Amino acid sequence: MARVVVDVMPKPEILDPQGQAVANALPRLGFDGITSVRQGKHFELEVADDVDDATLAKIAETFLANPVIEDWVVRRVEA
Amino acid sequence: MRVGVITFPGTLDDVDAARAVQYAGGEAVKLWHADHDLKDVDAVIVPGGFSYGDYLRCGAIARFAPVMQEVIDAARKGMPVLGICNGFQILCEAHLLPGALIRNHKLHFVCRDQWLKVENNATAWTSRYDQGAEILVPLKSGEGGYQADQSTLDELEGEGRVVFRYVGENPNGSRNDIAGITSANGRIVGLMPHPEHAIDALTGPTDDGLGMFLSLVDAVVTA
Repeated sequence: MARVVVDVMPKPEILDPQGQAVANALPRLGFDGITSVRQGKHFELEVADDVDDATLAKIAETFLANPVIEDWVVRRVEA
Repeated sequence: MRVGVITFPGTLDDVDAARAVQYAGGEAVKLWHADHDLKDVDAVIVPGGFSYGDYLRCGAIARFAPVMQEVIDAARKGMPVLGICNGFQILCEAHLLPGALIRNHKLHFVCRDQWLKVENNATAWTSRYDQGAEILVPLKSGEGGYQADQSTLDELEGEGRVVFRYVGENPNGSRNDIAGITSANGRIVGLMPHPEHAIDALTGPTDDGLGMFLSLVDAVVTA
């Protein structure tokens, strides 16, 4: 078994109202100096050894992310 | 004429969609998300709600339901399909319509009666409206912001494929005030507002939405 991480983020040109709301809340909580927040998703997959990178890429592109509005990165990590 | 109405786990508006079909003189046929056939229907409505709890992204899991594979195949052969609210999100996730819907720009769930302008009355679902007509139907969604890249927007605008546009203040941050769009062949329409809730002044703000279902009956009968 291997652990695979997929990080999905809204594309830079796509409005991220959730990230903006977080950024706007920080000064109210007394945290200054944070100029921008973008909010995305983080997936951790436990993957059998015979699942290849092409399959993982397809999972990310067709299901975990929507390529119209999101970018994604797939990486294998030490479990 | 038979119109399929899909129910997914979490669908809310299938009953109202079926009622609208019946008001327009059609026969509503229930389709279950796990069905592998469309029961010889002439058209399909993908109704609103929160299919699969909106998990992952709105419509992302429903798009892979068995019945949707049948809908995608039939739609590509020209069968009329209408996606309302969550149904619009599902049609975008299924790539039957371009673009995507994201969280409303002010983060609030919007629930109100909304004026729309009919921008294209040449689709299978809008022929009963006058071009430029303004209609009042409910809007109730938290992720109704229509997004697409600039080239897709230019294509939609250039080909007259924006079907409905919000009148007045943009309720959700949709680009170009887009409330609904159509496919290149005018057979598939998706919109965030709810025409099926406005088919009788007794139970809705107006009966302005009924025209979409009457238009479909015309389109199927004359086909």
